[in-house]
Amino acid sequence: MNRITELFNSGKKDILSVYFTAGYPSLNDTFRTITELEKRGVDMIEIGIPFSDPIADGPVIQKSGSKALLNGMTLSLLFEQLREIREYSQVPLVLMGYINPIVRMGIDTFLEHASRTGIDGVIIPDLPPEEYIEKHQAKFQKAGIFNNFLITPQTPDTRLRQIDEWSEGFLYMVSSAATTGSRESFDEKQLDYFKRVSDMKLKTPRLIGFGVSNHTTFEQACKYADGAIIGSAFIDAVSENGSLAQKVSGFLEAIR
Amino acid sequence: MKDTFLSNGKGYYGDFGGAFIPEMLRENVESLRKVYFNIIESDAFKKEFHDLLVNYAGRPSPLFLAKRLSEKYGAKIYLKREDLNHTGSHKINNTLGQILLARHMGKRRIIAETGAGQHGVATATVCALMNMECVVYMGETDIERQEPNVRRMEMLGAKVVPALSGNKTLKDATNEALRDWICNPEDTFYIIGSVVGPHPYPDLVARLQSVISEELLWQMKKAEGTEDPDYIVACVGGGSNAAGSFYHYLDRKNVKLIGVEASGKGVDTGLTAATIAVGEPGIIHGSMTMLMQTDDGQITEPYSISAGLDYPGIGPLHAWLAGSGRAQYMNATDQEALHAAYELTRLEGIIPALESAHALAVLGKLELKKEDVVVVNVSGRGDKDMQAYINARSLFNVNLEGRR
Repeated sequence: MNRITELFNSGKKDILSVYFTAGYPSLNDTFRTITELEKRGVDMIEIGIPFSDPIADGPVIQKSGSKALLNGMTLSLLFEQLREIREYSQVPLVLMGYINPIVRMGIDTFLEHASRTGIDGVIIPDLPPEEYIEKHQAKFQKAGIFNNFLITPQTPDTRLRQIDEWSEGFLYMVSSAATTGSRESFDEKQLDYFKRVSDMKLKTPRLIGFGVSNHTTFEQACKYADGAIIGSAFIDAVSENGSLAQKVSGFLEAIR
Repeated sequence: MKDTFLSNGKGYYGDFGGAFIPEMLRENVESLRKVYFNIIESDAFKKEFHDLLVNYAGRPSPLFLAKRLSEKYGAKIYLKREDLNHTGSHKINNTLGQILLARHMGKRRIIAETGAGQHGVATATVCALMNMECVVYMGETDIERQEPNVRRMEMLGAKVVPALSGNKTLKDATNEALRDWICNPEDTFYIIGSVVGPHPYPDLVARLQSVISEELLWQMKKAEGTEDPDYIVACVGGGSNAAGSFYHYLDRKNVKLIGVEASGKGVDTGLTAATIAVGEPGIIHGSMTMLMQTDDGQITEPYSISAGLDYPGIGPLHAWLAGSGRAQYMNATDQEALHAAYELTRLEGIIPALESAHALAVLGKLELKKEDVVVVNVSGRGDKDMQAYINARSLFNVNLEGRR
């Protein structure tokens, strides 16, 4: 069974998914970041594929991506770095990245690598669900890899139900009209949106992301969804000085 | 009759186009897609748009027979004078159309990206005209090399925001404009400056710019007794002036369509913006097109002396015209463009924009016959490029001594 399904079927509450940029801060941190996060109880990990032009990302993730590319990170190197990951880790792994590097590698090759590596899902913000369903879904299903869709406060209810229908893994609930980045708390309007979607009783589990950065926002998100995704705040934490292990544990203590 | 080379309902030109946008932009783009066609095809829109093009922008732009240039290249060369439009380029055609559309859709805040600053100025201009808030994203590099246009935008009341990522040029300005739109989905309309971006933008901008070739039809008929020239030549960055010049001729295969990209220091130097020459299929700014990129799918930083052509992608229409062989894409280096600009200035008394100079620069590379009729689209004027022209003066001392 896909590890994402296992996770959401396990009855576990307050799921914490952490995003980090592959090849950041150092080129060879990718593998160890995963094992450190898993060791300290993170439930799911999103591995960011750095891209030169990340239009949905705010300054923090943009910068980490540029640095990773300078470090020499590539998509094919990522698969090499992760070749033995399943001998050390059973946490659900999701690749998050923009469509161009994936198309450039070739969808078939990408899926072959992902499947062999033990990747459970992807998040590709600039691949719209319609385009995915029409052209790629069959291949992803054959490879056993879930494509997890985004929803936003602007997504109309009818479309939300349609995306829910199409979903296999989880819904990535973008918390506000914004690019990625940390915020101190959620406002009334965001909480209304969380509640509205929560009341829709969708079949697909939901994780709230964008702007989740600390204990308060994590707790608020978990109240209205199955859990939350933290990206920029984690990138900020690993950008500090210190050992990776220390930075990871320090960060997680402040969240849960 | 032009259907073969226009986009289908999903915004595809052959394999190119589409709308590769994150869900955050979906409602914005979708609400535009649903209404744009009916609005711009409505009589009320057409009337108001036409009135502004004539009485505000100064259309039709003249078709001028350039006698000395013709003599030099041994063919009959006409110049389509888009440089004479209000604000100094073809960009005003598009911004007038899009701001009317924005108003129809009830939007109050306008954002735009700009390279050379021509689209930024044209956007700031129509925002002043329509009393709308205007924010223009411009790469920091371009802010430096096109300073006069920055001052014009500011005088017109626009806020010019520097884009600080990448090479700080047009691509990066477009990224920032898209991020702004993600963060301001309710009240903001994004006026894209070229035939790029997600569907429906490439089609929308091409339609608004098609006034160029619409005029060419009757101007050619009047001047030459036939609507069809042998060649139409236009420079291509994103490709809006070329799309407008080609539009009504797409199905007239007797008319050779020539797009000219900027090859910068040269196609093989790594310092180039000639996308068709060095690109591979890829996705940039919401559209599948030809794209300058690495083997890993990272978008390559382009280079050209011309800020308006300094873009690693190209409109999907052009990717398709190139792929299908309907149009031919040539290129010109910085040097060749500078030379062509001096040449036009001295032969015809017209200082072209650096962008347009690239189109002029291929005249010597076409195998022209004496009876050939060539239309070159002079997309903009050179006021903004005076510093580059002055800097380059020493290069041309020998062959461009003042004439008596």
